Amino acid sequence: MSKVRIITGNEAAALAVILCEPQVVAAYPITPQTRISELLSEYVENGTLKAEYVRVESEHSALSVLIAASTAGVRTFTATSANGLLYMHEQLHWAAGSRLPIVMCCVNRGVAAPWSIFNDQQDSMSQRDTGWIQLYCRNNQEIIDTVVQAYRIAEEIYAPVMVCYDGFTLSHTMMPVEIPEAGDVKRFLPPYRPHTFLDPERPRTINPVFFPNRRYNDEGVLCDGYMEMRRKLQNSLERAKEVITEVNRDFGEQFGRDYGGLIWSYRTEDADVILAGMGSIAAETTLVADLLRNGGVKAGVVGIRSFRPFPREALALALKQARFIMVFEKCLSYGYEGGLTSDLKAALYGSGIDAPIIDFIAGLGGRDVTTDDLLEASTDALERYNAGDRANRTVWINCQGEEE
Amino acid sequence: MEQKDRNISGVCTPAIGEAGKTGDWSEMKPIIDNEKCIPSVKEKPACFLCWLYCPEGVVSMAIPVTIDFDYCKGCGICAEECPPNAITMVREVRIDE
Amino acid sequence: MIQENFFKINEREYILPGNRACQGCGLSLAYRYILKALRENTVVAIPPSCLCVLHGLYPLTSVTVPAVNSAFAANASCAAGLVAALRAMNRPDVNVLALSGDGGTYDIGIQSLSGAAERNTDFIFACYDNEAYMNTGTQRSGATPMGALTTTTPILTKRDHKKDFIKIMEAHNIPYIATVSPSFPIDLYDKFVKAGRIKGTRYIQIDTPCPPGWGYPSKDTVRVGRMAVETGIFPLLEIEEGKLRFTGRSKTLAEKGKRTPIIQYVERQGRFRKMSIEQLNQIQAWVDKRWNEFVRRAEM
Repeated sequence: MSKVRIITGNEAAALAVILCEPQVVAAYPITPQTRISELLSEYVENGTLKAEYVRVESEHSALSVLIAASTAGVRTFTATSANGLLYMHEQLHWAAGSRLPIVMCCVNRGVAAPWSIFNDQQDSMSQRDTGWIQLYCRNNQEIIDTVVQAYRIAEEIYAPVMVCYDGFTLSHTMMPVEIPEAGDVKRFLPPYRPHTFLDPERPRTINPVFFPNRRYNDEGVLCDGYMEMRRKLQNSLERAKEVITEVNRDFGEQFGRDYGGLIWSYRTEDADVILAGMGSIAAETTLVADLLRNGGVKAGVVGIRSFRPFPREALALALKQARFIMVFEKCLSYGYEGGLTSDLKAALYGSGIDAPIIDFIAGLGGRDVTTDDLLEASTDALERYNAGDRANRTVWINCQGEEE
Repeated sequence: MEQKDRNISGVCTPAIGEAGKTGDWSEMKPIIDNEKCIPSVKEKPACFLCWLYCPEGVVSMAIPVTIDFDYCKGCGICAEECPPNAITMVREVRIDE
Repeated sequence: MIQENFFKINEREYILPGNRACQGCGLSLAYRYILKALRENTVVAIPPSCLCVLHGLYPLTSVTVPAVNSAFAANASCAAGLVAALRAMNRPDVNVLALSGDGGTYDIGIQSLSGAAERNTDFIFACYDNEAYMNTGTQRSGATPMGALTTTTPILTKRDHKKDFIKIMEAHNIPYIATVSPSFPIDLYDKFVKAGRIKGTRYIQIDTPCPPGWGYPSKDTVRVGRMAVETGIFPLLEIEEGKLRFTGRSKTLAEKGKRTPIIQYVERQGRFRKMSIEQLNQIQAWVDKRWNEFVRRAEM
């Protein structure tokens, strides 16, 4: 019988780590992730977590330590936020390119400059090109469950997984969470089968420089050039869409909680006005959808759970009946538009869906986003749509513009 | 059927000549005069400084001392360090067919 | 010639011929003895550097011990990760060697090294110091000596003193620090054998002459390295639990020899051709001061 505890998102993440039994853990404190690094030390020092905990001197080193440990052949874990994630940036590329199933929690926080310790999604969003799988959580239950699923996904695909959840909104807020049983998790996660090894009998040099072109080894095999190796990563990430879906289904069967797979839907069966987002802001929009429905609008929510790999096929299917789409996000690709919005538009290009898409930028640097804010923004947008405005626009919620 | 590269990340296997026949890098080759070379003269293990100081490890600790010219890069350290000056760097003459 | 010492040296060669190192490479010679000393139950962490090129490009390698490449700033962290994993996998007997160049030690690598040393990470961190970023074509580093020409100090020469890394490592209170030179391979071999048996962070500085970067003909690598020791510019020493002692040729020099004036070292190398007399005097004074400090500490 699993037990339910009222815990913060960070505690949920730390408890998940105990369940998944990584053997090497490295972490560097940063708000709002710090509690995870503290809890992990506690668990290691009191013997609950049997792992080597390397109390590194920076985030870059945290991920470097894990890359080496994972290469040697053990399961690993770290967590970070914002500038910490950015400090690891070169190693994010490295971890993905070297196909290591590292799992990391990214406690979403706004990036400097200016400094912010508060929540937004810019940190993980800006890392979407690195080759990491990115899964976004709506609540603390989803955090603990997603970390467990992350190891299974990572170790099957051989790619690292970032489990993202909103700083303070989730990391520091207490919610009821059912803690899975250790034995059940152990059965759900097969042991890690590394693809690299350190063996004096069979010495290998790992992750060297590659030539641009393919090159023969001394057994006459024409081996990959850089481009082939990178293509293998991309192919695996495409395949990950299936794996993420399967793992979610399996988890649902074993633990009784289903998160939708790549995307989740709320009241979309007959909806033609779709609200979309990732993480806790998307969870918030379900309340907005209910209120819009009370006003006669057939509104529904499509939540993106897997941001990378981007679920283009699933979204094209889910948005087939949409005549108006409103995306709510806490990030921006500066010089263009919100990352989720532009990826969504690209996914729908050529699909025949020509609904206008409004890109709502909200909550940067932790500015509170209330249901009222979201409702007001949606209602305004719908009014303009009903008056004949079919343009795609970027709208900033609750933010002073320069002209005003 | 051509074998495929099954690696999903760069895993290199050891091989001689990773950079090719590095003996080609220099026209100069160390030639040992066994009438001066101490181990050859004494007919027992002695000196072997050429073996000691070779960065490539292509000098044998044997009597007579031999050098693998396929991979000797012709740096000249052995000739420089040989105490009885038994080693001379000599320009290789290649007869083109 | 102390050739009876040769026969204790592990005969096996761990670096295969036909590799990508330059002719007369000081690193090649040093690495040959490092691996003989540490033997096959070793894993080497390699940052981007001449060493990574020596190891070779995919899909082949010239080295017959396991090795893992790392990002430039991260070699000590990479090695720390290997140590942690091997311990978790119940293989604490494997020698973990982080082998970085001077750039990867003094400059970009210093943070991860300092962190690993402060945690007394159980590895050997060896710096092969060729005194500039040689793999990218001789740019100045924190280890470049004063008066040297590099591609980023091309006209005025480097006007700052070389960073004193032995002092920096001493500040970390680690169990073993040593300096070695490929011109004295047996001393190098012995120190790595010894280091392999000590627990905790061990730091070894390797003087690494570089023919193209230092501007001398490749045949002179051993001679130039020998001169560095003869002048006292590069003393051979050990610091065990804080206690300093000279070894080999440096011990003889400290006891009764006379150090060669540095001009004999400097004039052999093209990189010093623009050194001013003022710089030469400054450096001679700096070398003398440092040597005398070591002599005092070694209680000789």
